[in-house]
Amino acid sequence: MIGKHLLSMDDLTAEDITKILDTAESLRQVTDRPIKKLPTLRGRTVCNLFYEPSTRTRISFELAAKRLSADVINFSADAKSSVSKGESFKDTAWTLEAMGVDAIIVRHGSSGAPHQLANWVEAHVINAGDGAHEHPTQALLDLFSIREHFKDLEGLKVGIVGDIVHSRVARSNVKGLVTMGADVTLVGPPTLIPPQAAGWGVDVSYDLDSVLDDLDVCYLLRVQKERQNEQLFPSTREYAALWGLDSTRMATMKPDALVMHPGPMNRGVEIAADVSESPRSIVLDQVANGLAVRMSLLYLMLGGPNAVLSAHPGPFAREGAPA
Amino acid sequence: MSLVLKGGRVVDPASQRDEVADVVIDEGRIAEIGKDLKGDDTLDATGAVVAPGFVDMHTHVREPGREDEETIASASAAAAKGGYTAICTMPNTDPVADSASVVETVWALGREAGLVQVVPAGALSKNLEGLKMADIGEMARSAARVRLFTDDGRGVQDALFARRTMEYLLAFDGIYAEHCEVDALAADGQMHEGELSAKLGLRGIPAEAEELMAARDVALAKLTGCRLHLLHISTAGTVDIVRRAKAEGLRVTAEATPHHFTLTDAALESYDPMAKVNPPLRDDTHREAVIEGLADGTIDAIATDHAPHAQEEKDQELMFCPPGMLGLETALALTVTELVHTGRITLSRAIELLSTTPARLLGLEGQGALEVGGVANLCVFDPAAEWTVDPAAFSSKSRNTPFAGRAVKGKVLHAFFIGRQTVRDGELVIGELV
Repeated sequence: MIGKHLLSMDDLTAEDITKILDTAESLRQVTDRPIKKLPTLRGRTVCNLFYEPSTRTRISFELAAKRLSADVINFSADAKSSVSKGESFKDTAWTLEAMGVDAIIVRHGSSGAPHQLANWVEAHVINAGDGAHEHPTQALLDLFSIREHFKDLEGLKVGIVGDIVHSRVARSNVKGLVTMGADVTLVGPPTLIPPQAAGWGVDVSYDLDSVLDDLDVCYLLRVQKERQNEQLFPSTREYAALWGLDSTRMATMKPDALVMHPGPMNRGVEIAADVSESPRSIVLDQVANGLAVRMSLLYLMLGGPNAVLSAHPGPFAREGAPA
Repeated sequence: MSLVLKGGRVVDPASQRDEVADVVIDEGRIAEIGKDLKGDDTLDATGAVVAPGFVDMHTHVREPGREDEETIASASAAAAKGGYTAICTMPNTDPVADSASVVETVWALGREAGLVQVVPAGALSKNLEGLKMADIGEMARSAARVRLFTDDGRGVQDALFARRTMEYLLAFDGIYAEHCEVDALAADGQMHEGELSAKLGLRGIPAEAEELMAARDVALAKLTGCRLHLLHISTAGTVDIVRRAKAEGLRVTAEATPHHFTLTDAALESYDPMAKVNPPLRDDTHREAVIEGLADGTIDAIATDHAPHAQEEKDQELMFCPPGMLGLETALALTVTELVHTGRITLSRAIELLSTTPARLLGLEGQGALEVGGVANLCVFDPAAEWTVDPAAFSSKSRNTPFAGRAVKGKVLHAFFIGRQTVRDGELVIGELV
């Protein structure tokens, strides 16, 4: 059962994930219609509460909610200590609660902020990325995108390459992929892979070339340029040479293997420009699928007891159904 | 007016006394200890323990500067209710206690509150910056007679500054007390570095951030001959470092807090700001090592690191909320529940850790012992009494405890400070001089 909140991929079983992805598949048809809207969440209010700048995630959630006819509020702020300036996170939460917001989609630089929020409000809370903790909807859209190509996630070999230590995308993807039975290898310099990652049910490699030809999916993570100041690797040039995916390296991959990236990309660092635009790259599919997956999640979480999906007649025949 | 405490188990590690006896308090002093004693008044202590009042080596009182969080008076009240008769106040106030005038103010406010002996610690460096020496000699020679010096809240990063300060302290028989933390390794850390921090995506503070500085300071204590006290030690490595230093005969002592022997980093799993503290709650291996150190004599004192914070400060995102938790009103119960009832240490050892040794280390006369003719600083507690921690009932002005709702055993019934009853049946009283 999909719970009240989605704070972490730990909240979802394999069955839940499958249900979300299946529902997303049905909902994606809406995108192809002349009128790209369902009345399912009419009268419901969804708030995007973003304490970090974000383009794709916020727009994706906003569009997903609007396609389901929810009212959407966007609230963006800089995360800073309320003691030094501004309204506190808790007061903002209580304000939204008092206004009767049904769901809060939260992005925050502090790991665990969505957990704290869920303790303060009655509304549904969806984690849209918290610190270096998790970004569950990114993992769901990635699983969806992989499933489109490989049908079954069980036994797939997925390499996640780059800055695992600071990556919420990596944590959520590891959990999601492991839950779905994929074989995950984390690849990168030792400074960017937590020493404890061995306990996550994954393999760890410091050598991209030694694992690349075995992968079905090569998932590249963004390398933050500012990390270079922390002496985690000598230079972006050296990083690109050892762990970046260029066309020469890509040529060693299996013919049907995919290249993925959560964006935004640092072309020339973790991914070469021609690789990002190659047919193997499904980066734009990921973005498009994000919309369907987020619609699915909002639908399943907010759609109420009457919103249980069946294959037929499907959600689209239920346009008159109460929200 | 004399008072006899009837039939309690009198436990005084200083005199190796552990027997059921009566204690007579008269004119602020312990007049007699023995069987079938009489006084003008009687307080039944049957089934309870009569112990020297506890001495906390590590209390943040927040005055001057953050009187909304705690004052010397409210900390004194919280301490009295916790069975304490002396608290050593940390210098990270605003202004910092780095001069004679500030430590004398704290000392005088403590006397005014009159519930416990307030013993100010002084800063090692001006404004806790680790750059220039604080007015160490003036504080030592002030009315507050400062003996323990620390930059607690931060470790001294510069080894040369640490060495020079240790050398200088020799002139005053001062204690160099270190908050062991190498900033470069601990920077921006929110919790103990381990399996859980990696999973939660929280930046970790490795055990080594504490151990490196502990090892450096032990080496410098050996070099200089200065007395070294390691504050709130939390890791297996630090316990080992202290154990080896003691075996070598160095003048090195250490304290540990109730939260470090009670909780682990698992308390952060829900991102509970109440569980954020520095040094962080460690994993079970470290917790066990701390308990072992308390049991085998490596660790000398249980200290609270009582750190009051306003609700609005703790009610923030984990990365913004300040570290620290209250301790004075739960220390005895956690010691009794976690260490004594579990058979890890004896009741006598518990009292040694809470009272005898810290009083001796701080050089406090009339504290930490029950002797005929001595000052009547003592407490009476029921080690079997069960209660539930309720922050609303605290005398502290703050409420930040991770122990709210926790069922514990061991309750302070009465406390006497220089013969005046400060706590009766667990409630604060402004007593008459007995």
